[in-house]
Amino acid sequence: MSTETAKPVFKNGIARWIDDRLPLLSWAQAEFVDYPAPKNLNYWWNFGSLAGIVLVLQILTGLFLTMHYTPHTAMAFDSVEHIMRDVNYGWLLRYAHANGASMFFIVVYIHMFRGLYYGSYKAPRELLWMLGVVILLLMMATAFMGYVLPWGQMSFWGAKVITNLFSAVPIFGETIVTWLWGGFTVDNPTLNRFFALHYLLPFAIFAVVFLHILALHQFGSNNPVGIDITKKDKIPFHPYYTIKDAFGLCVFFLVYAAFVFFAPNVLGHADNYIPANPLVTPPHIVPEWYFLPFYAILRAITFDIFWIIPAKLGGVIAMFGSIAVLFFLPWLDTSRVRSARFRPIYKWLFWVFLLDCVILGYVGASPPEGWLPTIGLLATIYYFAHFLIILPLLGKLERPLPLPDSINKPVLPSSGAASAQPAE
Amino acid sequence: MADTGNPTADGETRRDFLGIVAWSGLGIGTVAVLWPMVYSMNPSADVLALSTTTVDLSGIEEGMAITVMWRGSPVFVRHRTTAEIEEAADVDIATLRDPEADSARVTKPEWLVVSGVCTHLGCVPLGNKPTEPRGEWGGWFCPCHGSAFDTSGRIRQGPAPTNLPVPPYVFETDTSILIG
Repeated sequence: MSTETAKPVFKNGIARWIDDRLPLLSWAQAEFVDYPAPKNLNYWWNFGSLAGIVLVLQILTGLFLTMHYTPHTAMAFDSVEHIMRDVNYGWLLRYAHANGASMFFIVVYIHMFRGLYYGSYKAPRELLWMLGVVILLLMMATAFMGYVLPWGQMSFWGAKVITNLFSAVPIFGETIVTWLWGGFTVDNPTLNRFFALHYLLPFAIFAVVFLHILALHQFGSNNPVGIDITKKDKIPFHPYYTIKDAFGLCVFFLVYAAFVFFAPNVLGHADNYIPANPLVTPPHIVPEWYFLPFYAILRAITFDIFWIIPAKLGGVIAMFGSIAVLFFLPWLDTSRVRSARFRPIYKWLFWVFLLDCVILGYVGASPPEGWLPTIGLLATIYYFAHFLIILPLLGKLERPLPLPDSINKPVLPSSGAASAQPAE
Repeated sequence: MADTGNPTADGETRRDFLGIVAWSGLGIGTVAVLWPMVYSMNPSADVLALSTTTVDLSGIEEGMAITVMWRGSPVFVRHRTTAEIEEAADVDIATLRDPEADSARVTKPEWLVVSGVCTHLGCVPLGNKPTEPRGEWGGWFCPCHGSAFDTSGRIRQGPAPTNLPVPPYVFETDTSILIG
């Protein structure tokens, strides 16, 4: 915990003078330099700091794009082309921002699946996990509204379909949707408010990220073994994890740059290079890849539930429910063993669940034809069953492997309890 | 790893070198990421495409002046009278704040082309229309802070530090100029 480290004394007189009055430097030193991290973190633990860096890059590229973009239905599409053709490095900023959104989601999804595998959401880290789900929700809202801004066909029709989700709300549905639109369809008022919110929400994310870090540092990072560890099994964040994160960052940038420079449009849709036309719907509307599993869940409910919930409302409830269920995960998983390494059944069910999400993504990307709707429904049922049936029961039925006394055992099987020093 | 801590004769270690390489790499990388962002704020191609203006002089009678837009700011094009040309040429340039001969400021003496932006703080001086005050020296008078310019656009009185600059221009024909 951060409180364990002594207050640093700064050599620089000015730094010391400021820090006496405004302890910002000693706070940053405690949280990002001295922060004691488990010494056995593997590369799956890179993705948290990576997500933070991508967030900063998205805010920066977005800031500079804003300087050249015009949020008006008559000019938005042309202003994006202006960015691509006229603005110095505009093509780079836009491709970095659009692909950055995809990179942000892949990094965050890996970060979340790491949490699922190693049980990072379990006590005492429930709020840490829930704040993460809040960040995911904010990211989804931000990404959705950002996708509307270029005002292409997919922007327009994506906005129309997603805002129409709220029309499924009983009685007040139409009123809510009219309020969201600021009119009788997606139009200039909608574009303007989406632009304003797309600029605001990243700062909200930034704030919640700090709460996320605050909650993380309260009990410290979980680790691949998943057991509580003592101070002697921790090493300072800097230089051990700064250098490890820096290496991961380089690898990440290779992937990111490969998309930006060699395949900037593969993750997008060609239809979004057609200006928005309220009279013509594209033949096949699909959201960006990071929404596909949720989109598949939305489409899976094609029947009225219990004769009282119409199919339309049922789909919307299922889609929002698929994220809402994550808030309850710390209590739905009844096993007290965190890491899947010591859970012989969960270890496999984790991969089944991951596969289920991939299947949902595939179904979401495909037109609802043939067997796909049935597969989508089964995958949706399994998604909820994983959280609502399997995890609660598994905690009672599964017999976990014996946990080691300390993280030294798995790291140094022969040396036993000998206190291993981190290599220097 | 064994010799990382062993200093050389100069007291430097391999770790010092690695530190320099790592921090330099971080610094260069950060600059490389930030540079396109900062550079994107420079004028874009469509703005640069507007940086020349053609002016037709045929309709401007002697004693008249017009204002044209060049790069988003006014440029004064004045067809000077013989009296105005003589007045501008007869000044002892040693007495000027920003000494410059009239002949150095014009291509053809009857055509004066100067920026219409006061060199003090950027207001547009009055005097291009006959109804406006031209100040004591018969050129332009800036209403913001009282700078007065002569018939060559040179600063004669008030806070402006320099003469109204002459934008780059060429005579494309006898009756048309290309500014920029």
